[in-house]
Amino acid sequence: MDFLRPLTWEDALAAKAGRPGALPVQGGTDVMVEINFDVHRPEALLDLTRVGALTEWDTTDGRLRVGAGVPYARLITELGDRLPGLAQASRTVGSPQIRNRGTVGGNLGAASPAGDGHPPLLAGDAVIEVESAARGVRMIPAAEFFVGVKKNALAPDELIRAFWTAPASGPQYFSKIGTRNAMVIAVCSFALALHPEERRVGTGLGSAAPTPRRALDAEAFISGELDWDDRGPLAESAAHRFGELVRDAASPIDDVRGTGDYRRHALAVMARRTLTWAWNDHRAATAGREAS
Amino acid sequence: MRVNLTVNGTEEAVDDVWEGESLLYMLRERMGLPGSKNACEQGECGSCTVYLDGVPVCACLVAAGQAEGREVRTVEGLAEGPPGEERLDPVQEAFVETGAVQCGFCTPGLIVQTHDLIGRNPAPSDAEIREALAGNLCRCTGYEKILDAVRLAAERKAVAR
Repeated sequence: MDFLRPLTWEDALAAKAGRPGALPVQGGTDVMVEINFDVHRPEALLDLTRVGALTEWDTTDGRLRVGAGVPYARLITELGDRLPGLAQASRTVGSPQIRNRGTVGGNLGAASPAGDGHPPLLAGDAVIEVESAARGVRMIPAAEFFVGVKKNALAPDELIRAFWTAPASGPQYFSKIGTRNAMVIAVCSFALALHPEERRVGTGLGSAAPTPRRALDAEAFISGELDWDDRGPLAESAAHRFGELVRDAASPIDDVRGTGDYRRHALAVMARRTLTWAWNDHRAATAGREAS
Repeated sequence: MRVNLTVNGTEEAVDDVWEGESLLYMLRERMGLPGSKNACEQGECGSCTVYLDGVPVCACLVAAGQAEGREVRTVEGLAEGPPGEERLDPVQEAFVETGAVQCGFCTPGLIVQTHDLIGRNPAPSDAEIREALAGNLCRCTGYEKILDAVRLAAERKAVAR
């Protein structure tokens, strides 16, 4: 096995182009588990922790560009106000030690259907910036990034540079089922984002299908149902129907963490609850503005 | 490959490191530092917690080569004083005094993680202690004595300031 240690992004792209079989490693929280257990023996490790640019984030034309190497701990402290859904999901990742090392870039690279970072990226219309030395930058919407179980849309010579997303323009929530609070791979998870300016609701399902995915029918239904003009109350029947449509968007399996039936049920409950929380927050924000 | 790093304040060069090896393996098997414990090898148990550039991490999930040029501080590096006259860190003393150690296997990881918590938050609430230690498993104590130890260490640290 070789250990490649590029110091710049350009060198990293060149290294990946020269060794497409090299496995990129950031925090190591997935990669090292597989190596420790001899599940996977890559021909080379491509250590990206020295590429400083990957650990930075910035705002360009009102959109956030977050480097693939920003760990969950920093997403929570530095971006929790602008990306509350992703910050909530980040808080559920592993333990403090894992959040100090694990990154959204690594999560995207592993592309597990259970990755906690994925549902908020889907709900928030994130776009993944990937790059190769030969063909330059490609911008891949999160909804097109996951192509199969632990498979993403990256070409063998491409690396993940960053994800782009707008700062939250409305309430966002993330909900996850697990046997305990820490160190849990999601039984299933759900993320919801209100986009009031577009009169739209975004969703993301985790651990409920071969890939993380959006619940498109549920989004269309509830976006048309909510009283965006007057921010009137959410009808219970509409919340219930929304939950059903989210449930129907899933195609979960039975496995050691839970049954497909349980996952479907839990998704409907999480969808209903997160929608209710988010809409109530949205209404309260209006009330607060009018009172002040 | 060779890995150059600083461990507990001393610059070291370690040879014959396998490229897929973890920092934990390098510390324990090549550097004579068995304080950090090897239990789960998947980041679940926290027994191998060390500081990497001042941030607590599971050493089993850091590739040894990723530690090149970095600073590592293990449980062996928490006591202070000249060789032969080291004094335990207040966190270590608190674990001893409260009986927070039974078999002792989880203790080094808990001590490093507690050391970090109290360094950042001198008066942690019980909820904050539980959250900070959520990634450190102990199968003996039931955690009550460990919580006592963290509270005692925090009190001592507060007085010492």
